[in-house]
Amino acid sequence: MGFVDAPAGAYVDKTPPKTRTDAIFKYLNIFLLWFFAIVMILPFLWLVSSSLKTQNAIFQYPPDFIPNPMVPENYINALTYKPFGQYFLNTIFVAGMNVLAVVLSSSFCAYGFARIRFPGRDFWFGIVLATLFLPYAILLVPSFIIFTRLGWVDTFLPLVVPQFFGGGAFNIFLMRQFFRTIPEEIADAARIDGCSEFGVYWRIMMPLSKPALITISIFTFLFAWNDLIGPLTYLRSPENFTIAVGLASFRSQTDISWDLQLAASSAVTVPVIILFFLAQRYFIQGVVMTGLKG
Amino acid sequence: MTSVTKQKSFFESLAFFRWYNGLSLKRRRMILGYMFIMPFILGFIFWFLIPAVVAANLTLQKWNLITPPRYVGFENFESLFSDEILGQSLKVTFLFSAISVPLGLAFAFFLASLINSKVRGIAIFRTIYFLPSIVPAVANAILWAWLFNTEFGLINFFVRALGGPKIAWLQDPNWVMFAFVILTIWGVGNSMIIFLAGLQGIPEIYYEAADIDGAGRWAKLWYITLPVMSPVIFFNLVIGFINSFQVFVSALLITNGGPQNSTLFLVLYIYRTAFQSGKMGYAAVLSWLLFFILMGMSLLVFRYIGSRVYYENPGD
Repeated sequence: MGFVDAPAGAYVDKTPPKTRTDAIFKYLNIFLLWFFAIVMILPFLWLVSSSLKTQNAIFQYPPDFIPNPMVPENYINALTYKPFGQYFLNTIFVAGMNVLAVVLSSSFCAYGFARIRFPGRDFWFGIVLATLFLPYAILLVPSFIIFTRLGWVDTFLPLVVPQFFGGGAFNIFLMRQFFRTIPEEIADAARIDGCSEFGVYWRIMMPLSKPALITISIFTFLFAWNDLIGPLTYLRSPENFTIAVGLASFRSQTDISWDLQLAASSAVTVPVIILFFLAQRYFIQGVVMTGLKG
Repeated sequence: MTSVTKQKSFFESLAFFRWYNGLSLKRRRMILGYMFIMPFILGFIFWFLIPAVVAANLTLQKWNLITPPRYVGFENFESLFSDEILGQSLKVTFLFSAISVPLGLAFAFFLASLINSKVRGIAIFRTIYFLPSIVPAVANAILWAWLFNTEFGLINFFVRALGGPKIAWLQDPNWVMFAFVILTIWGVGNSMIIFLAGLQGIPEIYYEAADIDGAGRWAKLWYITLPVMSPVIFFNLVIGFINSFQVFVSALLITNGGPQNSTLFLVLYIYRTAFQSGKMGYAAVLSWLLFFILMGMSLLVFRYIGSRVYYENPGD
């Protein structure tokens, strides 16, 4: 771990290594970079490769790495085996509502925490941070009781409505950190022009916070897309299933073979990877913005 | 921060606003502040406090979701002590946590150091290293079940190519824990990125000063990088620890708790108790147990490790 010499800037180090050990470390570093890049990416290549194989080719040892023959029909068979179109629409709806809820609610609360000084603010922010460390698993059973009493089981409501109340501690925290980086003078100028506090939040802070809002939107979308335990607990009828539950039910049905399971898994992963490549700078930004620096 | 308004609008002529504008600045700010954080407060009451009360009440009941619940006193708590499966579940969960958290932390730090170097195309490496963390959990579980397949999986292909035996990763109770540790460690991207952000925040001057003093690589790592990074390491430790107690999707889908309950993680056991065995009351007791374990362990971590953390600007 001793290769950490300095934070990486945008520039590329072209200076020749000074000593022999420097040179060894430099090449070792590059070797390890490539080695772990392969380790990280190999399971994906294996997934795609296996998903394009025939049933016979899958159960063959040693395996072929390039499928021969290629059967892209696996994807069509897998995605029509269950109504994945419906699952997809359900997931988009839940994820979309979650994003809307989180963007509106977490930024609204965060504005109060970031910019208004009032008694009890620090106490409540302490509670926000405390819920950050409270795992969902603890609340699984009691929340289920509440939603049963409300008659919300087998609807999307348990997956959507709670998000409108604060939008999650992590998102409040992230938005608060971002709001605090915006100069107060801009808000003061608006106030002098007769802008209300709500106006400052909505017309000044929100437009200036687009990077942070995009970041929390992506995290929220991914979370909703990937979440299994919520939909598994609350959704009963197959026509309400999200993609995660639909895919999980593939696993529990023994008559669905590996080729279809893998094709479906690969198909579910692709949109996420595309989203990641389109928006990758926001992932990193989100972490940096939370101020988690030494 | 005062709002200086010149002309009277429609809203300002309403009784509420006349009352509001008559208040002192301090009072107005208080009302405004609570208005803004009200969604969170309501959410906290609805989705945290009320569930906690419900859970406390539920611990005294027997309820299978179909017939009406009935009070049984402390029967659910007594079951805790005679429940052998719970013992097994706790053992599995603690063992997994004890192995995967330190290993995951070290590996994430190591990867972050690698992608913190000044090599051409480093952005592509960073993207690839983070990729495993964004795979949907269900797809990830299916993928790893296939990778660990005894006969045709990729992992045994490499093990056998290197001259090793055919390992029954998911069928052998002794190996299955390692299988779970491996797949967890493969997905350490989140802590890795947090480490990377931390490493990039270390001022280069520190290392330059160390160079002048003739410090070597290990000295720089030991006396600069690790102390400056200690708050980040601590953060990742706490998060990693909490996550390690919440393994669910992979345990449900890859092994379904087996073989011989050797992957019956606590959350999976709670889920089964509640929704498959229909013992809501006992599941509530188990949820409280998980809560107290996590709280107790967090206190220990904060007490014994948190006090060693170095903060550059105390109180900042």
